[in-house]
Parts: sequence; structure tokens; C-alpha cells
Amino acid sequence: MSQKFRLTDGGRIDRDQPVRFTYRGKRYKGFKGDTLASAMLANGQNLVGRSFKYGRPRGIMAAGADEPNAILQLGATEATQVPNVRATQQEVFEGLVSDPVAGWPSVDFDLKSIAGTLGGKLMPVGFYYKTFMWPAKLWMTYEKFIRKAAGLGRSPLENDPDQYDKMNQYCDLLVVGAGPAGLMAALTAAKAGRRVILADEQAEMGGSLLSSDQQIDGQPAMQWAESVLADLSAMANVTLLPRATATGYHDHNFVTVVERRTEHLADQAPKGQVRNRLHRVRAGQVMLCTGAHERPLVYGNNDLPGCMVAGAVSTYIHRYAVRPGQVLALCTANDYGYQAAIDWHRAGGQVSVICDTRDNPTGELFQQAKALGISIKTGHGIVDVIGSKSVRGVVIAELADQGRRARPRTENVVADCVATSGGFSPVVHLSAHLGQKPIWNPDVLGFVPNPDCGLLSAGGVQGHYELDAVLSGATQAVAAAFDCSPIAVPAVATRHIDAPMGMFLIPHPAGTSQAPKQFVDYQNDVTASGIQLACREGFESIEHVKRYTALGFGTDQGKLSNINGVAIAAQAQGKSIADTGTTMFRPNYTPVAFGAVVGRDVGELFDPKRYTAMQPWHQANGAAFEDVGQWKRPWYFPKAGESMHDAVNREAKAVRTSVGILDASTLGKIDVQGPGAREFMNRVYTNGWAKLDVGKCRYGLMCGEDGMLFDDGVTACLGDNHFLMTTTTGGAARVYEWLELWAQTEWPDLEVYFNTVTDHWATCTISGPNARKVLEKVTDLDVSNEHFKFMDWKAAEVAGVPGRIFRISFTGETSFEINVPAHYGLHVWQALIDAGQEYDITPYGTETMHVLRAEKGFIIAGQDTDGSVHPYDLGMGWAVGMKKPFSFIGKRGMQRQDCVRENRKQLVGLKTKDPKFVLEEGAQAVFDTQAQIPMPMVGHVTSSYWSPNCERSIAMGVIKGGLTRMGESVFFPQKDGRVIEAEICSPVFFDPEGERQNG
Amino acid sequence: MLHIYCPYCEEHREEEEFHAKGEAHIARPADPDNTTDTEWGDYLYFRKNPRGLHHEMWVHALGCRKFFNVTRHTVTYEILETYKMGEQPTQGADA
Repeated sequence: MSQKFRLTDGGRIDRDQPVRFTYRGKRYKGFKGDTLASAMLANGQNLVGRSFKYGRPRGIMAAGADEPNAILQLGATEATQVPNVRATQQEVFEGLVSDPVAGWPSVDFDLKSIAGTLGGKLMPVGFYYKTFMWPAKLWMTYEKFIRKAAGLGRSPLENDPDQYDKMNQYCDLLVVGAGPAGLMAALTAAKAGRRVILADEQAEMGGSLLSSDQQIDGQPAMQWAESVLADLSAMANVTLLPRATATGYHDHNFVTVVERRTEHLADQAPKGQVRNRLHRVRAGQVMLCTGAHERPLVYGNNDLPGCMVAGAVSTYIHRYAVRPGQVLALCTANDYGYQAAIDWHRAGGQVSVICDTRDNPTGELFQQAKALGISIKTGHGIVDVIGSKSVRGVVIAELADQGRRARPRTENVVADCVATSGGFSPVVHLSAHLGQKPIWNPDVLGFVPNPDCGLLSAGGVQGHYELDAVLSGATQAVAAAFDCSPIAVPAVATRHIDAPMGMFLIPHPAGTSQAPKQFVDYQNDVTASGIQLACREGFESIEHVKRYTALGFGTDQGKLSNINGVAIAAQAQGKSIADTGTTMFRPNYTPVAFGAVVGRDVGELFDPKRYTAMQPWHQANGAAFEDVGQWKRPWYFPKAGESMHDAVNREAKAVRTSVGILDASTLGKIDVQGPGAREFMNRVYTNGWAKLDVGKCRYGLMCGEDGMLFDDGVTACLGDNHFLMTTTTGGAARVYEWLELWAQTEWPDLEVYFNTVTDHWATCTISGPNARKVLEKVTDLDVSNEHFKFMDWKAAEVAGVPGRIFRISFTGETSFEINVPAHYGLHVWQALIDAGQEYDITPYGTETMHVLRAEKGFIIAGQDTDGSVHPYDLGMGWAVGMKKPFSFIGKRGMQRQDCVRENRKQLVGLKTKDPKFVLEEGAQAVFDTQAQIPMPMVGHVTSSYWSPNCERSIAMGVIKGGLTRMGESVFFPQKDGRVIEAEICSPVFFDPEGERQNG
Repeated sequence: MLHIYCPYCEEHREEEEFHAKGEAHIARPADPDNTTDTEWGDYLYFRKNPRGLHHEMWVHALGCRKFFNVTRHTVTYEILETYKMGEQPTQGADA
């Protein structure tokens, strides 16, 4: 039989459903219901990796989330690679492919182990810090070696083919953990009619009952659990989430619960199913029923494969029908440790010795073991393990001075499995995620949740380990929190349990510094002597000891090791454990796949895309698109064989010589109404609005209270109390919130209302000397210059659609912005294209729009400004109404000392001496090319283009004192050593008199 | 992630629906033109940064779009109250 460690019967596995999996390329068999760890142990495959620093062989230690060693790489294909999977939590499925992550060049022979066998002198504690500090040059070299050597798994090189999703959940009570406490708590609240979510990280709910031989109501404990689960699943107000780990406790009872929906089924999620689902749970109350992790004892060579925590041995026997060896040696500091030896014996194994570090145990489990005829050595401890790649025996010694010293006479005992129990560490993690430090409880020798943490808790997490106390504590806690009745506690036998002993590091006869390596943190190769060395080197705070030694740093976050580490540090410093305290617990409790965090927000759904009504036309006509915020705007419309440069030149010339058409729908549009609307406009814009007549438009500058420009746009007066404001495409949402802010918080006396109408209107802008002729063909409106003046707007039918036409211009040409209800946008656009055919109407995109506006010296807020530029810096003092009665937003700000000083950076035009040279946007300017390095920088280029209409390069930039330096030269040193000279000039390069837009 | 009670919607909503707008109860000087640079600078830039209770303004940006105030503990993040614009807090030093 290949599964030589599998028991012939028992366990919660399905022997009728064998599954095949591979580890390190070798095929093994297990059963449905196995974890990868239990299946490997059944096959006698217990070499799961090499250690982080010393490269020592490691085996499976635990049976759950606390496992530090069996961290594997999963994945049958490159795309499905998953690093850092705990074999103890991964259910096996047919075709599972796994590999060790540690061990280089191979897990059987690890180069680092040579460093380890030299007494660890090559890699003492703090090795990494000491290495990284000096010499700095070699750090890059070290890092490469360490990354490879450390073996931390690898990310896939291909995209994850699986889907993930998220779900928002609400409940009155979220119970974390479905052991006896969790089941009792959930049932109490559910029977009281509360909405309950019960989440458990395992495939099967039941927690400790799954591997218990105790009885509840005279039945095996799991029968009680199964009947409770049946009741709960029949209730409409209960949601059961198996395979779901509560990974983080966040503010206001917000808990992230990661449900692994298909990781137990296949390498890749079956079609139509998600791999992980992140439940975002907002709970009225959160109750921790997370139980406790058993602590191993710390002793010499305690990392040899075959060394396990005692409870894990019981779990493998009861749940998986695997007895991981023939001869067990056990060491315990409490009554519960005996259970593993009893289970081992009953499962047909031999127990060579039980060492109890206590002198006079009397408890029921001790009596049971004794009655089975097992050799029990009280006041003894296991001090060392014999074997090279696996356990062959243990060395035991008598302890003295209340366990602080080991007597020199030792005895060797045969064993191929070593189980230890140093006590239990309540799984308090979630209770501490918001910063409430757990409290040391000396009676239960563990940290328990801080009473101020805001969570309910019951059972093992409180240090209660006897079933009667666990069940009654759980129902009472829920009853008190929800003001409901507790439910009847089922009958459970009361057991006599002796007090545990505070034993963490079993002393070695030779003393810790001379002892064989006594590992505390397996994942980071932190030893007891390393912690003592850190304390001797002066690290006092446990947080510093942690960082210096790397204690608790691994993907297991020190679930097994933290308390032992704290205890050893406390002893080394002569402090109590309570005074030493714990390190911080941070989310996540166990590693979470990135996929679960991002859910569906990937690829196409990463960010919404916004398209205008004319998108089908743009696409059909070969537009290249650019992102403007979430908008996809046509960038340019290349014809066959045209480069972007060619297309932009053609488009820009067409607008100036005939007519172009631009989709301007994305500009922000805000409808402003109310008796206070006009005064409101006066206050939020720098210029005056009192005299703007109905039917007129005005360009406005919007500043912050600091006087700096942050948005601009044209606003039309639609009625005495009605305005349509336009904003920059990217600034629309910001401006809208800004307006609401002032209306609601500062001037509630002004009756004014805002509505965002950006998406309601489609905007076709036709621009150029023939624009009017095109417009005439699609409207009955008199659009002559006489009747429809620059900066007027008129309501009119365009191509049969009622709309608004604004005669405003961002190109400096005769220009009409035609707004129609968005659903008619495509129709009107097409009508304009058809009407413009005879004038060779040319669609143009944002790039040409930028060139044309730059030719006219029109700014773009956010490109030519950066939050440090006020209207006077832009030479736009003409748009500031200093005489307005109300001190508008920005007025006081732009009069601050710094805003009125000489030599501020001011926006000017820049003409390169070489008309063919196009400056780079962002290029830094200097006045004196001979100045010492670092040269004084005097400004930079904000906009720069090739202008086909000026037949030269044009640029704008902010230059110190620029407005008073017209005609002077400024220099732009280039990367290649060249220096480009440019003349400071007016930013208006084309049609300076503005005849064309008025014509 | 905070759970915030909007005093206008009269419901608790997720933080994602809201934008934080900084310290509350900062009144714009009545006569800005006659403030000194120091006074204006205080209004513009200087904000409390208490360890403890803090009155701050939020907006229900993806909800009713109303601005309101919150009394929040900056260490525990506990929200003690939310109240409408124009109302005064009942919790905290300046309550």
C-alpha cells in the first residue's frame, strides 16, 4: 500500500474517492477530504522544504493556518501558479500539482545547510541588517542571492485566468469560527431572529470537535455539531460560509472575509465560477470564536521532520486517519498534550515516552494515559532530537528549579515522531487589528482579547478550553449582547484539568548558547539563542527584537512562535511576559490573493470608460483615442499612411483654411439656476457677471481661496436666473463639488441649485472660415455675423433637432458649438459631416485642438497652470473684477505678499531661434548659460507644438518676470549638451488682432 | 472603512459614498479685503490636528450631495455624532 501511514479505518476522508496529486514531480494518492499535508503524511512524504536561512530540512508541524513549514507552490500551468499555499489548508483534488518553494539547488541538498552546520556563525541573528549595512555596494549582490536562497515562492509570469468577485454583506452578528463556541453563538442569535453570518476557514465546520473524542448529549461531539449545522442551514436568517477566512477587522465592525470557492476543486476554477469571493461584511456585532493555536515547546533540533505540535497529531489521526509514524515521544506542559499520546496509542501506535515538565500531574487525561500503560516521566523534558533528515529518537533530561534548568544526566529514547504541547495561544489577531493590544492572562498562559477591542468572544480565544465552559460562555455572551435568551447548553461531561505550567523553552543541560539549535520561529529560522543574543546586544522593546531577529515575519506571521519568542525575550531581560507584551497584529490574518482584493475590477472593468454619443462614427472613421480622465476622446483622425504628425498638420490647416469639426461633448456642463444664481457666479468667478444679458456667453476664471487658478470655461446666460456653466473635461466633478460646497456651507442664503448635465448634451464644434456656411445648411436660424455675434448663444433647430448654438471659439476661428440632446448627437454630427462635404469638412481631435488653441495663446487649466499660478501670472488681469462689491473667491488670496511680488513666474510665449526646433514640454529654462551648476532655474515650458499654420515651432511657458522681459532670450539646456535659445514673446502666435473669430 | 450616518438621508452608509473635506466650522472671514496676510493665511492653511475628538466636514458625494459635520475620534475612529450644516456639535472640547 502506498499510503503506508494511513489507518485502515476512521477519519473524515472518503475512501471511495481516491485522488492523485503530484509533489516535486512525483505522483501520490490521497482521498477526497484530505488536505495536501495529510495526504503527504499518509504517503510518508514529510520533507516539505528547506529553511529560510540555514537550509535545514523541514517537515509538517501543524494541521491548520498556523503551519510554518509546509508552504508550497501550487499550479499545474504557468498561469495558475500560486505561491505560499499552506499544505495544511489546501484540500487535495485530482491533478493537483505542488512543489516546495524553499531549497536551492534542491530540497534534498541545500547549499545553505553547510552554513547552518558550521554552528551558525556565518549567519548570526541580525545577519541581514549587518550584511545590508556594509559595504553598501554589495547589497545588490546579496539581495539576489538572498531572494533565491530564501525560497519565498514565485508569482506566475502569465495573467491569472481565474475570476474573483466581491460581495457586500450585512448582518446583526458575524461569528468568526464554527467550532463549539461559534456554533453555539450562531444558534443563539439565529433563534432570537437575528441575521447571522457564520464564517469558518475550514472545509468542514465544527472546529475542534472534528478531531475530538468527547461526547455531547451522550453522542459523539460531531453529531451534535452536525445537527446544529442542519438547524442553522435551514434558517433563512443565517448564512454559512465554509472555507471563508475572516482576514481583517476594520473600523466600525467592517470585516473582510475571503471565501475560497473553488481552490479545492481544481487547478483552475470551473467555468462560470469564481476562485475567491471577498465578502465585505458590515456587522452589528462581531464575535470571535477563533479558538487557540497550540504552541510547540522549544527544544534542541526541534525542527527535524517528524517534530509536530501535539494537537496536530490528534487531528491527523481523527480527521484524516493518518498516524504520522510508529513510535511517538511526547512532551507537554499541560493536561491536553496527553490527548495526542492517547490517540496515538488507540490508533495502534507505540508511545515510547511522555515527558511532563510538571512534577505532579493528576488530571483526567494523565490518568487515562497512565491506565494505558504509557511510560510517563514527570518533571522531565525533551531536550534534543536525534536524526539527520528525520527523527530517530529523543534525548530527555530531568528538570530542576521549577523547570529553569536541566540536569546533566540524559537518556536517549527511540521515536520517529515527536509531539509537544507548551500550551495554547488564543487566536486574538482580529481583536488587535485596530490597535487594541491583547492582555496577558497568567491563569491560561496566553494573551486574550483586550476588553476594549469592541468584539464579542467566547471559547478558546478567551482561554476557555473545556466544552461546558465554552458552550455556556458562547450562548451567554450573545444573549447579553442582543438582550435575548441564552439557549440550553447540551450535556457535557466535566473533566478534572490541572493547571498548565508556564514552560516555553525547555532548558538544555549545556545551556542555551551551547545547545543544539532550538528553533522558535521556523519560517524565519529564529532560535532561542538568537533572541537571547538580540537582548544582549541591547534590543529591549519586543518590536525591536522582532525586527532584528525577524521573529514572526513570515507568511505565518508567527502564529506558533510569537508567544515563545516573547517569553524567551522576557526571561532574557528579567521581565514578565505581561510587561514585554506582544508585537502588533495587522491584517491580513492569512495571506490573501491579489485577485480576491481586486475582484472584478480588472481589465475592461478596472475603470469605467466614458464615450460620447458620436463614438460609433469616430471608430468607423479610424480615430486614434486618448484618455482624458475616464473619457475616450478622439486624439486625431489619421488617413491611410499618415503619421500622427501628418494628420495633426492636415487637420490644423483645414480648420484655418476651410472648416473642421470637433466632438466637444466631454466638456463639463453644469446647469445653475435660482434667484441667487447670478450673484453666486459673481462670487465663484473672478470676473463680473452682473451685466451679462440673457443670450450672451462669457469666459470665466475660477480660483481657489489662495488666488490660484484651478478651472476655466465659458458660461452662458440662459435666463435671468439660469446659467449653463462649462468646465474643463477633467475638472467637471471637482468644480461641481466646489460649487455645492460654497452654496451649502458659506452662502446658504443664496438660493441656487446645480445639476450636472455633461452627459445630457452632445456637442459638435464646427470651426473655420466656412463654418457658417456649413451651419446655414442645417438650420433655419439667421447665423449671419450681424444677427449672431461672437459670444452670443441662440436656441435653434439643427438638422431637425432642437438645441442650443453657442458662438464661442477655442480655435480663434469663426466657431459654433452646437449642443443637442445626447441621443441625437450622432445624427446631428452626421448631418454636419454631410453638409460640410462640399467644404471638405475635416474631423479633428484633441491634439489639433491643442495646437490651434496654442497658436492663439489660449491656456489649458492644469497644463499651463499647476496650482501656483494666478490670473495676473497668466497675463489675464482683464478677467479679474477687482471692483466687484463682493470679495469673490480668490480675490484676497491673489493679493497676498507673495502673489504681488516682482519676478513671479509668468506665462509667456516662447519662440525658438531655430524655428524647426520644438521644445520639450517641461524643459527647464535658465537666463545665464554660464551660471555655476546647479544653475538657477527660472521657469519651464508648459505647452509646445509644431504649428503648421505659423510654419514654425511655438511654445508657452512660465518664466520669472516673463511679462516684463518681452524680446529677451531665455535658454534651455538639453540632455545632449546643446543649449536651445528662445525669445520671450506674446503667447498669441496667430491672428493677434482676433479678426477671424469675430468675422 | 468607516460607517457614516448621513444626517440628511438618515441612514448609515459606507465610507465609499463620502468625501472627507477637512476640519469643520472654519468660517470665511466676513470682510476678506480687510484681513492681514497672517489672518488670511490662518484661514487658508492652518488646521487643527488633534489626538482625540475632531469636528470635520464630509460630503455625501455619491448620495444626496449634502455637506455635513462629523465628530470623530482621531485615534479610535469612533464617530460620536453627525450633524447638519449650521448645527453645533454636542461632543468635544468646543461643543
